[in-house]
Amino acid sequence: MPRASRLWPSCVVTLLVEPVRMNSTAETTPHIYQSTATRTIAVDVSKVSLTFDTADGKVEALSNVDLQIGGGEFVSFIGPSGCGKTTLLRVIADLQRPSSGAVTVNGMSAEQARLGRNYGYVFQAPALFPWRSIEANLKLPLELMGFSPTEQKQRAARYLALVNLTGFERKFPWQLSGGMQQRVSIARALSFDPELLLMDEPFGALDEIVRDHLNEQLLQLWAKTRKTVLFVTHSIPEAVFLSTKIVVMSPRPGRITDIIDCNFPRDRTLEIRETPEFIAIAQRVRTGLRAGHSYEE
Amino acid sequence: MTVVTVLIVIWYVAAVLMNLSLVRGGFEREEAPYTTMELLAGTMIAERPLLPAPHQVVGAFVDGVFGYAPTAPRSLVYHSMVTLSATLLGFALGALLGIVLALAIVHSRVLERSLMPWIICSQMVPILALAPIFIVVLGAIGLQGLLPKSIISAYLSFFPITIGMVKGFTSPDPMQMDLMRTWSATPRQVLSKLRWPSAVPYLFASLKVAITISLIGAIVAELPTGAEAGIGARLLAGSYYGQTIQIWSALVAAAVLASSLIAVVSYAERKVAQRMGGRA
Amino acid sequence: MNRRQIRLGFIMSAVCVLITLMLPLPLAGVPVAALMARPPTFLLTGVIVLVFGLAAGLRGLPAIVIGLIGAGITAGMTLMLLRDPLIAGDAASGFWMVVVGVWLASWICVVALAGLKPRDSGFRKAIDLAIPLLFGAAVFYLWEVVVRGAGVPPVLLPSPSAAAARFMASLSMLGADFVQTFIRGVLIGYTIGCSSGLLVAILAHRFEFLGRGLLPLGNFFSALPLVGVAPIMVMWFGFDWPSKAAVVALVTFFPMLVNALAGLQAAGDIERDLMRSYGASYAQTLIKLYLPAALPFIFNALKINATLALIGAIVAEFFGTPTQGIGFRISTEAGRMALDMVWAEIALAAIAGMAFYGLVALAERATTFWHPSMRA
Repeated sequence: MPRASRLWPSCVVTLLVEPVRMNSTAETTPHIYQSTATRTIAVDVSKVSLTFDTADGKVEALSNVDLQIGGGEFVSFIGPSGCGKTTLLRVIADLQRPSSGAVTVNGMSAEQARLGRNYGYVFQAPALFPWRSIEANLKLPLELMGFSPTEQKQRAARYLALVNLTGFERKFPWQLSGGMQQRVSIARALSFDPELLLMDEPFGALDEIVRDHLNEQLLQLWAKTRKTVLFVTHSIPEAVFLSTKIVVMSPRPGRITDIIDCNFPRDRTLEIRETPEFIAIAQRVRTGLRAGHSYEE
Repeated sequence: MTVVTVLIVIWYVAAVLMNLSLVRGGFEREEAPYTTMELLAGTMIAERPLLPAPHQVVGAFVDGVFGYAPTAPRSLVYHSMVTLSATLLGFALGALLGIVLALAIVHSRVLERSLMPWIICSQMVPILALAPIFIVVLGAIGLQGLLPKSIISAYLSFFPITIGMVKGFTSPDPMQMDLMRTWSATPRQVLSKLRWPSAVPYLFASLKVAITISLIGAIVAELPTGAEAGIGARLLAGSYYGQTIQIWSALVAAAVLASSLIAVVSYAERKVAQRMGGRA
Repeated sequence: MNRRQIRLGFIMSAVCVLITLMLPLPLAGVPVAALMARPPTFLLTGVIVLVFGLAAGLRGLPAIVIGLIGAGITAGMTLMLLRDPLIAGDAASGFWMVVVGVWLASWICVVALAGLKPRDSGFRKAIDLAIPLLFGAAVFYLWEVVVRGAGVPPVLLPSPSAAAARFMASLSMLGADFVQTFIRGVLIGYTIGCSSGLLVAILAHRFEFLGRGLLPLGNFFSALPLVGVAPIMVMWFGFDWPSKAAVVALVTFFPMLVNALAGLQAAGDIERDLMRSYGASYAQTLIKLYLPAALPFIFNALKINATLALIGAIVAEFFGTPTQGIGFRISTEAGRMALDMVWAEIALAAIAGMAFYGLVALAERATTFWHPSMRA
């Protein structure tokens, strides 16, 4: 299985990673990172099912889902609404308990991982607190996790710079555009250095131009921080463009129908969307989605 | 439901504790021997307890409602009717005045800018404190009985209605107003087709507030009138003569009145909402 | 209202004052041309007519300012005339014509002011403030002139100046009443009522079963005429301020409970999930999320309660007090027909109430600046 990162020019990585990982020592070099990435399994979902009791009877949101995600991967979940992709993300983050099955994150149960602050969750809406300035919003998780005030300030500055929002510290959320707000919420999710970045249609509410721009920024960010990213989306081009792995899901009952590897170089640009490889993968995703649908209708 | 049960139990316990020393004092004055059971029983049936037990209050209330002819001065029904008539008259006057004022304010920039701050300011003033003067003043020019009380009720209840209705009349969003403009609707048409329908929810919300306030106004207005009839008069008389049970049963009557008035308004709200196609 | 109408209005005001020269001032006035017999007022009439004429000739803001000056001078003249014992209490058509002139001129000015649309925001704010102030001043002026001109018996309605004089003359008594009713009764009861209401709301929010039982109960109680418990509180806590504080605490408790509970539930699902994904404890979530999100609701309750508390304390005093307190004074002085004292007390209550409300509103502005309703 060819690793996407092999195509990555290492000099770029060192440059990009430097400002972020000022304190860490071992992980600054991409080569060490690479070797750990291939070995560890960051998320292990085994035989997870979840049924909701609704007024219309039982709904099987997830049925017998099995999935392994390696460290450092960028995994997209795609599927029509009601296929359980958001639910799966919530189960992994322990925001929802599965009816049966188990989730292991870095060798811990999902609850232990949550209490150990392993998750940076980015929601569909920015969910910034309107009574806090941008800087204070970034500090929110840091305050909760007991970072020292100076450390809080440093980190807020560092992660604001990471999403290109230096200078907006004193502003309040409502004074920023939707795209900027979502960037703040991404910075907030990264600020405490969680193992996993979970993103639930983070750009769903934004227009396409902003979305393309943020997709590029997100890729750069992923390259710099080397997080494991779990990304829920509706959009096929977005999934293909961003991911190393695409999980195609289908509704009633919510289940995984296909897992597609997607190995473009890490420093890909929006132009690759025109290449035959890209179109081929997109085609495969679309076929998978259609199969899920015809099964149901 | 469980919370209500718990509260009633707490009430009983509190009644025992608060009346205990009173009853014990009574026994000791008579130097009669007493047992704990007698003491406890005494707290339940004391004639002028600090805190009457729930069954005493309910008993007095039932007695007051059904024990006398509705016209007898000891009947709670009689007193409630006196208060109710003042409340309803005041409420009707207040609602009318409130709506008319709101209409005027919505249609005149000058009125809005000169009157609105004063209306808001007067909300911060304890208007209820004016009640006794109103009674005295109106009494001096020969107005007595129902009218002065209703004027106080009306005075109290028109504020929330004015404020609520101004909000309601201005609640249609700019797009809807623009739509009316494209059809070159007259102000009167805009009022009847757009402003009124969109103000209805606000109307009922403020009516609910207003009817409670006008009941409070009527009760407070009965305090200084020489205490002849009405729930307020019963409260005052009860407090003069230490008739705790009478006070409590008058309070229960006030509570019943208040909740049934609100129930009536809510019922009307539901009916209107149904007719307007809302999900009631 | 266009410029021609404004000009016409000022001319009409001038005419009103001019007509006065031909009308009797007091009802039983002997000379017809009463104003002629008073050289200073006669002269003043000329000045007023000139000023109004000038206002009619100008446009925009200067016209309004000059018109207001004219209205002021005219109002001054009527007050001067009222000092004449022949006129006070017995004023006739001539006098009322002048009053009509004042009313007309000030009305024109207010309307014209409301019609101005200045671009400078500071100027706009000044106008927004000036309009209600002018309106209020006009109301007080009319009240004063009508009461004194028509000789309304002070038992019925004292003039504002009489009430103001009484206010200034009995500052120490008012001060004692203020301390008794406001500082002791209202503030203590308000603090107890609001804080316990908030506390119970937090408990009800933390433990859902409590909330399910308490919310309908709270809604029920907050609609009740709770001031009715005043006599019971007087019986329990005695005549002095503790019984008033108890009434205030009781009437403020339920609005706070209901509002704060609604506010605590106002935090969005996403925000709650966010806190959960951080592994935050309930206490952390409460402080960082639930309470700030509830602030607008809490302040709403604080504002409602500011008025309720004062009413509660004053009404509770009707049921018996030591010999001081705003409510006590109002009921006893009303009984003695000393209405100027009553109005002075009402003014005190009004000032206290507005100041209290204003403080709460200021605190709200400072802490909930982020809420959409405050940003406008």
